[in-house]
Amino acid sequence: MNPAVTDLGELVGREYKEGFVTDIEADTLPPGLNEDVIRFLSAKKDEPDFVLEWRLDAFRRWQNMKQPNWAQVRHAPIDFQAISYYSAPKSDADRPKSLDEIDPKLLETYDKLGIPLEEQKALAGIAVDAVFDSVSVATTFKDKLAKIGVIFCPLSEALANHPDLVRQYLGSVVPAADNFYAALNSAVFTEGSFVYIPKGVRCPMELSTYFRINALNTGQFERTLIIADEGSYVSYLEGCTAPMRDENQLHAAVVELVALKDAQIKYSTVQNWYPGDEEGRGGIYNFVTKRGVCRGDNAKISWTQVETGSAITWKYPSVLLEGDSSVGEFYSVALTNHCQQADTGTKMVHIGRNTSSTIISKGISAGRGQNAYRGLVKVLKGAETARNYSQCDSLLMGDRCGAHTFPYLEVKNPTATIEHEATTSKIGEDQLFYCRQRGLSEEDAVSLIVNGFCKEVFRELPMEFAVEAQKLLSISLEGAVG
Amino acid sequence: MLKISKLTVTVDGKTILNGLDLEVGPGEVHAIMGPNGSGKSTLANVIAGREGYQVTGGSVSFLGQDLLSLAPEKRAREGVFLAFQYPVEIPGVANVYLLKEAVNATRQHRGEEKLDAMDFLKLVREKLKLLQMKEEFLYRSVNEGFSGGEKKRNEIFQMAMLEPRLAVLDETDSGLDIDALKIVADGVNAQRSADRSVILVTHYQRLLDYIVPDRVHVLAGGRIVRSGDKHLALELEAQGYGWVESDPSTVSAA
Repeated sequence: MNPAVTDLGELVGREYKEGFVTDIEADTLPPGLNEDVIRFLSAKKDEPDFVLEWRLDAFRRWQNMKQPNWAQVRHAPIDFQAISYYSAPKSDADRPKSLDEIDPKLLETYDKLGIPLEEQKALAGIAVDAVFDSVSVATTFKDKLAKIGVIFCPLSEALANHPDLVRQYLGSVVPAADNFYAALNSAVFTEGSFVYIPKGVRCPMELSTYFRINALNTGQFERTLIIADEGSYVSYLEGCTAPMRDENQLHAAVVELVALKDAQIKYSTVQNWYPGDEEGRGGIYNFVTKRGVCRGDNAKISWTQVETGSAITWKYPSVLLEGDSSVGEFYSVALTNHCQQADTGTKMVHIGRNTSSTIISKGISAGRGQNAYRGLVKVLKGAETARNYSQCDSLLMGDRCGAHTFPYLEVKNPTATIEHEATTSKIGEDQLFYCRQRGLSEEDAVSLIVNGFCKEVFRELPMEFAVEAQKLLSISLEGAVG
Repeated sequence: MLKISKLTVTVDGKTILNGLDLEVGPGEVHAIMGPNGSGKSTLANVIAGREGYQVTGGSVSFLGQDLLSLAPEKRAREGVFLAFQYPVEIPGVANVYLLKEAVNATRQHRGEEKLDAMDFLKLVREKLKLLQMKEEFLYRSVNEGFSGGEKKRNEIFQMAMLEPRLAVLDETDSGLDIDALKIVADGVNAQRSADRSVILVTHYQRLLDYIVPDRVHVLAGGRIVRSGDKHLALELEAQGYGWVESDPSTVSAA
């Protein structure tokens, strides 16, 4: 009786809006991975010897490791010899000094994404360290930050200019052989950001990196290291999107955060890698290791992520709560549509006394998407009066998708207080009809309901990022529900 | 305003409405009464365009248009409003946000400009007063944690904001205590006008003491079996639905 009512699948079937390829000629290494490749990477960056040794050590260990298979995701085995491990824009030798020198094509690319660098800089006062393929091509606000002692630069630059600082912390949170993908990253990482906030400094602006995969057949192996010295504060934004393509792309990044005594790090991610087509062809494999350590008392690390893209997401931003009264937070929205798979969550490891952690996870599954929350709350023996609150909500759209929750608890101290709540709901035909009866289109109704579902996470995002996140969610939902 | 002819509706193969006729003129208030399962809510839902109801015969015309060919949101924007029997909760979505989207969707449909924040707030405050609701109400999630009375009041508040041409109130009186019933009825009465029609779907006569209808219809077996003025409701109250169902002389006289 309702010919105008479209079925979910039809609305879900929108195409990826960020699908376009910028044809900057890339200086690309042929596919394959061996020690020579690693030596090439290290030489290309003119790295200190200790880095090369560290890479080679990671590589040797990686060769003895197996791809993990415990996650609730399925994919064909990855041929690591078929991947190219280096790709840089042609102008590598002559890095641009200002935006004027940047390839207009690249700026155009950002325009298409609706986040032009210029506008971001002007409106939001954000310092942008743009990663385009493997080399940073735009770094802004560095001088202003330098005046207050904040270091914000590509990791390669930090290795050249602050080798001791990097050496002290690199791999201190995520060791070289932490897991299969982290080991791979340690061997072949090509870019990433480095941030150091000195004692007592409150970083006056949101630091932001904009990642984008572009050259064909190139894996991305970013490595980010953020150190907040005693009593400092920093908010870091990471966002990414990728052009449409056919083959699977591996993205295996590592992010390490170190918060010293009384320091606070807020790390926000909006992830929109190409998710593959309706049948699950193509799309990014996003196998990321993110971990922070509250190394001193009263330190705080907060992860907020909005994951709408990638064919497969495998990601567990975690916090090691070493300092007494330190705080860890994880706020997550993960959306899977079509054939997307996500296995994501967090680990909160309570080591110090009176430590507390909060986990709010919102999983949205549509189409044939599979969404798993996997979280570990671990309270060690010495963690007196530790507290954790976990809330995991799943929203299902349609009847071909799946939501899975795997909460793990290891409590070795009887004074701990642990609370866990989990709900699974279906986006109600009743809710949709209610909104439509008030005049909203089906698409707007879905967007409204889902944004409401995610509200607790969105409010943790910096304002300008929250707007972008809602936009991304709506775009993904056009393809995801409707 | 609304003309329903020989409407036949099935749900899961079972016939619920069976050749129903009803005509509602501009400015008129009609009450549809009937025993449980007689098809009252089905009628309300079919007018609004809810899925799950198969129209197998007949027609519904609204302001000269074939209403059944329109998507629910189009019907809403054309001025059809349904006050839900069971208003739905939407966690995390502020009342005011849904309202603004709804009001502007309708305005856009009519070719009017969207209301800016100030004008919208002004309108909202005016209508809140009508339903004796506090402003903090706007910022609570849609129907979440509302009492039964608050939910029903919210429906009529939304109606006041959307200013429909035809409002179908589906058991708006159920679950209301007498004070809440009066407030809701006052809210509806304040919205009666020469170009707004109202269909009250109700099980009990009580509501009709406060919202006095122009016509009363009794629905039984999927059709309107008896029509009359407000006195018909009193008669029903006194004699029960068995009276109309068993009376062989019942004829549709809408």
